[in-house]
Amino acid sequence: MTDTTPEGPLLEMRGVTKSFRGARALDDATMTVGRHQIRALIGQNGAGKSTLIKILTGVYRRDGGEVRLDGRPVDFRSTADAQKSGVVTIYQEVNLVPKLSVAENIFLGRFPRRRGLVDWATMRAGARDALATLSLDIDVTRPLGSYRVATQQMTAIARAVSLEARLLVLDEPTSSLAEREVETLFGVMRSLRDSGVSMVFVSHRMDELYEICEDVTVLRDGRTVAEESLASLNQYELVSKMLGRAAEQVASGARPAARPRQQAEPVLSVTNAASAPRLRDASIDVYAGQVQGVAGLLGSGRSELLRSVFGADPLDSGEIKVNGDRPSLRTPGEAIANRLAFLTEDRRAEGIVPHMSVRDNLTLALLPKLTRRGIVDRKRQRQIVTDYIARLGIKAQADQPIVELSGGNQQKVLLARWLATEPAVLLLDEPTRGIDVSAKAEILALVDKLAADGMGVLLVSSELEEVVSACDDVTVLRDGVSVARVSLDRLSEESLMAVMASGEAVPSSDVPQKDNADD
Amino acid sequence: MTDLATRPAAASVLRNTDWPSFIRRYGAAIVLALLVLFNIIFTDNFLDLRNILFVQLRQAAPTAIVALGMALVIATGGIDLSVGAVVALSGQVTAVFLLDGVPPLVALPIGILVGVAAGLFNGTLVSRFGIQPMIATLVLFTAGRGLAQVVTGGRIQTVNQPIVEFLGLGVIAGLPISVFSLIVITIAIVLVTRFTPAGTKLLAVGGNERAAGLVGIRTKRVKTMAYVVAGGLAGFVGLLELGRIQASDATNAGLNMELDAIAAVAVAGTTLAGGTFSPGRTIIGVLMLRLLQNTLVAHGIPREVAQIAQGLIIVAAIYLLRRSRDAR
Repeated sequence: MTDTTPEGPLLEMRGVTKSFRGARALDDATMTVGRHQIRALIGQNGAGKSTLIKILTGVYRRDGGEVRLDGRPVDFRSTADAQKSGVVTIYQEVNLVPKLSVAENIFLGRFPRRRGLVDWATMRAGARDALATLSLDIDVTRPLGSYRVATQQMTAIARAVSLEARLLVLDEPTSSLAEREVETLFGVMRSLRDSGVSMVFVSHRMDELYEICEDVTVLRDGRTVAEESLASLNQYELVSKMLGRAAEQVASGARPAARPRQQAEPVLSVTNAASAPRLRDASIDVYAGQVQGVAGLLGSGRSELLRSVFGADPLDSGEIKVNGDRPSLRTPGEAIANRLAFLTEDRRAEGIVPHMSVRDNLTLALLPKLTRRGIVDRKRQRQIVTDYIARLGIKAQADQPIVELSGGNQQKVLLARWLATEPAVLLLDEPTRGIDVSAKAEILALVDKLAADGMGVLLVSSELEEVVSACDDVTVLRDGVSVARVSLDRLSEESLMAVMASGEAVPSSDVPQKDNADD
Repeated sequence: MTDLATRPAAASVLRNTDWPSFIRRYGAAIVLALLVLFNIIFTDNFLDLRNILFVQLRQAAPTAIVALGMALVIATGGIDLSVGAVVALSGQVTAVFLLDGVPPLVALPIGILVGVAAGLFNGTLVSRFGIQPMIATLVLFTAGRGLAQVVTGGRIQTVNQPIVEFLGLGVIAGLPISVFSLIVITIAIVLVTRFTPAGTKLLAVGGNERAAGLVGIRTKRVKTMAYVVAGGLAGFVGLLELGRIQASDATNAGLNMELDAIAAVAVAGTTLAGGTFSPGRTIIGVLMLRLLQNTLVAHGIPREVAQIAQGLIIVAAIYLLRRSRDAR
């Protein structure tokens, strides 16, 4: 700001590469941020956005390439290092300390001192000043955690302002904000830009990008595929760059014929389900013999829908029918008794029992059925385990602790855990997350076969490619509401992404909640 | 040629063994074996059956029974600090009933029920109200012994009744009652955990509570049950202690027993994080620590110094626990 030669871009990242344990996360990534500019950074999950940001802000060290700030090469070793040069990140989940006061958070790590003691008065005044630049007037002595997420985010931005940030990286800041709060945030972003701060803005919501950003950097598979002005690209062109396909392909679904429904009535029918805070009004039908997909952005309520159906989260309102009946499904136990099965998205935190054997892990949900007069039928247990290890090609010994297996094999054991209960409906939450390509293919092939054999499958995935190739029909969730259904003949990654991002249906898809008459 | 081929193989077996993990599992047993060996050589009359059964094992058995309950609670990822106080409370309540002329057939089960009730209280605080186990069981750790003192009016009263004498000095199948009970209880626990779903549920809840909940296990009930069993066992040990002292002694009955039990579970190589349970190793842990104390004291080392030695052993066990590959 006081620089006398503010010519050229503020930030230049060229040919940045980064690998993790041999896997390429970034492979020639480039991003340029001008002065007084808000630049959008977009890409599919796994395209390398987070990695690029983390290299910029000193969390990771790059393997190769060049980063220049103000034309001078920089190599940040830590976030503190980056902050000293005025590069500050605001994460989607505010990474400050909820139990400390707002003022303490703004001055975290640099408390003003007087004779060796903390100068509270100066700190409070400084905090108030910083918040005032964002036109925010709150009690800075209250704990940060007592405020709404939006206010917490503003506090994080105020902290950045008081750090004299020149480049602010906003990583999906809007994903947990209400619409009005988003407007406030955009107002703050604009006034920051006018006062000379540049920003990198990450969001999956196309409408937001067009509203607040001038330019866009598109990452795909770790490479920058476009650095352009947003004005020169329409939404479909942007999405097609993200996905790497021609824009004309938008409406063409390249899938084989749909699997036939095996019954006229859905095996699982959810109507107007709500579960605070994320799931607001979701309706979805699952038919025996078909794979019903659920697509939506992070935080759109995808997992919450499955969890509340399965009794893992409380269902506040709505109706769930299984085979036409309305059973009580308040606990996983009741759900299992009604032949539902739920594969969690977080294998480590709530799937595997790490030091337990593959055998016991695999039969955990089956335990009641294996018990005759209080005694576990170990012989039958061994048979079932041997059976599933062979059937799913699990590479493990039955008495090996499951934690020793690879991610893909762990996932197969968990899948077997549920298949062994012979469910009518299989709820799959990100079934291929964090596993290698071949295990992924095997699991998807298995899902296909299960559906063909008459199971109803509900599949949540953030990988659109997976949704498109595996599902017969997809329900799109946005902000906890099922906003659209896209059936197989119109199913493509582009059409889904467009609906997910805009909340509006693509020209060719049918919108409303439910249609029993369709197909 | 053969030399070259076999030698690296032998070396690689040594190298591939996860030593910290091996010592964690079998360290207590190895130390116990060394202690036994030492005593056979240097302690007079150690191998005398009367010494083994009626001194060493009889001393260790009550702690071992409490430690089994503790191991169950620790398997769920919890801890029970109240068991020592529950031993005192159950003994005192039973003593008072016996002194009032209540028949033993009623008074003794009441003692066990006191322990069960205490366990239910602990379990409810932990599982229903989500209070941290250490804090939840601290309540009865202090209040339990206080209550025991209130019950007896703070006095030590001798209880001269045949049933109490039998509990302390009686012999079943050639074994002191405490040793006999330990054997029966161990067999029962092993059978239940191995043949009913209870063992798997226990380890699932301790190993990953959220995963256990998602497969339909009622995790709160499982946790509560662990505390109830631990309490019931402590209640039973209260009776054994009453028999050993032949008097009601609210101040000293079961004193520090919770700490000895936790120490035994720790040196047995059980992670305090939950998810593992080994009754056999737990008992070996108790025997090892007890024999260590007795050996040192028998060879003229002051009790205080012996306690320091015990502390060092526990530190070593916990260090190995952290080092070993399969523990987290």
